[in-house]
Amino acid sequence: MLRFVLRRLLSAVPTIFIVVSLSFFLIRFAPGGPFNVERALPPQIMANLMRAYRLDQPLATQYLNYLWNVLHLDFGPSYIYRDFSVTELIGQSLPYSLTLGTFALLIAVVGGVAVGVAAALRQNGPVDYALMSVATVGLTVPNFVVGPVLSLIFAVMLHWASAGGWGQGGPRDLVLPIIALALPQLAIFARLTRGSMIEALRADHVRTARAYGLPPRIVIVVHALRGALLPVVTYLAPAAAAVLTGSVVIETIFSIPGVGRYFVTGALNRDYTLVMGTVVLIAVFIIVFNLIVDLLYAAVDPRVRYD
Amino acid sequence: MTDAAPAIRAPIAGRSLTHLAFDRLIRNRASLASIVVLLAISALYIFGPAVAPHSYDQVFESYVRTPPSLDPYPRADTLKQVMTDVALHARVTLQDFTVDGQTFRATFTSPTPIDPRVTRYVDRTDEFDASRVTGAAADGLSIAVEGVVHREYFPMGTDGNGRDLFSRIMIGGRISLTVGILATLVSLVIGVAYGAVSGFVGGPTDNVLMRIVEILYSLPFVFLVIVLVVFFGRNFILIFVAIGAIEWLDMARIVRGQTLSLKRREFVAAAEAMGLDTWSLIRRHIIPNTIGPVIVFVTILVPRVILLESFLSFLGLGVQEPLTSLGALIAEGASNMQAAPWLLIFPSIFFVTTLFALNFLGDGLRDAFDPRDR
Repeated sequence: MLRFVLRRLLSAVPTIFIVVSLSFFLIRFAPGGPFNVERALPPQIMANLMRAYRLDQPLATQYLNYLWNVLHLDFGPSYIYRDFSVTELIGQSLPYSLTLGTFALLIAVVGGVAVGVAAALRQNGPVDYALMSVATVGLTVPNFVVGPVLSLIFAVMLHWASAGGWGQGGPRDLVLPIIALALPQLAIFARLTRGSMIEALRADHVRTARAYGLPPRIVIVVHALRGALLPVVTYLAPAAAAVLTGSVVIETIFSIPGVGRYFVTGALNRDYTLVMGTVVLIAVFIIVFNLIVDLLYAAVDPRVRYD
Repeated sequence: MTDAAPAIRAPIAGRSLTHLAFDRLIRNRASLASIVVLLAISALYIFGPAVAPHSYDQVFESYVRTPPSLDPYPRADTLKQVMTDVALHARVTLQDFTVDGQTFRATFTSPTPIDPRVTRYVDRTDEFDASRVTGAAADGLSIAVEGVVHREYFPMGTDGNGRDLFSRIMIGGRISLTVGILATLVSLVIGVAYGAVSGFVGGPTDNVLMRIVEILYSLPFVFLVIVLVVFFGRNFILIFVAIGAIEWLDMARIVRGQTLSLKRREFVAAAEAMGLDTWSLIRRHIIPNTIGPVIVFVTILVPRVILLESFLSFLGLGVQEPLTSLGALIAEGASNMQAAPWLLIFPSIFFVTTLFALNFLGDGLRDAFDPRDR
């Protein structure tokens, strides 16, 4: 098990390294530097600014400085929000995104598994078809369509939830963004669970458990579901990545002051350091989450551990 | 003795695998419906803008954010107000105004003699056209003008700039489909070449190439595309090259898998024995035989690419104005949701229908080519 963990850690390092390096070179080589966006500056001021931001040193030195800074979570100053460093901006907005993302992922997993099990137990019946059709709709329709439509129906027409903004962070404010974020992943988890549950229900050990006369609920939850959850665990990592990607859009639509929205405003305003800082953060997050899920998977399925 | 010669039977036409797959595809009703819908929508996107009465960037200043309607605009009750405004611009007074079917008659008066070119003010509006002076008083203090009420149909309403939504949806669909197909082609070319070479050459080269794919797989590519578009501007070509450069990874994996199983077949060994070099082997024997799964993957890829392009357009990083794509239209609709919900509803319907049709077609193709996968 330890060797497995070490091997996975080792393979994550080059990926993070590539992302960080890519971000550095993209910032340096982007057309239009950080300082002459609005008007051209006189050469002395340019020289002073370059020296202040250490942009006049040789590229190798800058690169090493950048790596050192990133290790200390310092992504440099924001080019647009002049008084803030990127770390401060991300630090401010991260709690909002984390709250949204965690709730969305929780709802997606729990809801998806519940729907999948319900559909599997009533396989090929009307409930099954209905649930799977809704799941297909949730899969196909992109979240930037679902978000505004949900907002239109539940906020504008019915006034059941608020149309945007963080407000006090209460359920009325957050329910629409969380649902919009969770819906596609819920659909995928539902389909996955249904498929593997149908197979698990036919397994020998489930038949044995039934033959022992165990109550159906125990058979389903303890014996069948445990095996059926493997694909769900595998999909957790891509689901987290998808929730992160989706949060970019959802936070923009519902005006939640999270990391995703900073990413979008940074992108639209050519704030290179903010954009790259966000990308590095998200890449590292995805890689770490992948690692955790791989370990979880190895813990759940002993066959994986010894390959 | 019978003199009936044995009837010569016509040779029985063989049925190739593709033919069988096609039959299975047609028999699947969801796929058939999807094909029909896709053909209809594609025809609309391709030929629609040419036959539409309005161009997608034609601005109607009088018809900003008008709701969708099958009745023609302008509405009869607004005409008098419009004519009064015209008189105001022309610094004359509207004396008399009647509308009779498609023609209108108006009389203007003024304390000073009226220049007959005042009809230009009338023509400048979207509501009236072809106005001409039909009579003038002897002292020139009053003239009668006659003309035509110019009808426009906006079956899906107009947007915030007074542009017809239907025309914009057709252009948007065309752009979305174009980017979808072009980006998929880019993915196809890169992925097939990469996968075929990696699978055929094998050995340590294959290991290295697949490790690269694995590393690239774990990067949040969507964000990198956004970064590319931000840094290097919103170039139409850059967009679909960038999108194509994300999606080739899966294609490479699929082609590599196919190549690995193909390269042990006898015809490959025979070709090699005849002295064909590696690249020609890949090009003439391996790649043509991977077409089956590749086609299935292409139908899965196109909706994914369209989604990605719409995602970019939604964030404001897609094609430049006045060109639009379905994603940009949906974004505009989302921001105008309360005042003009039709701006969100119609593009969403077209977008979702296209995506659904493509997805069902992909499912059907997958079932048709590989029936045991049901």
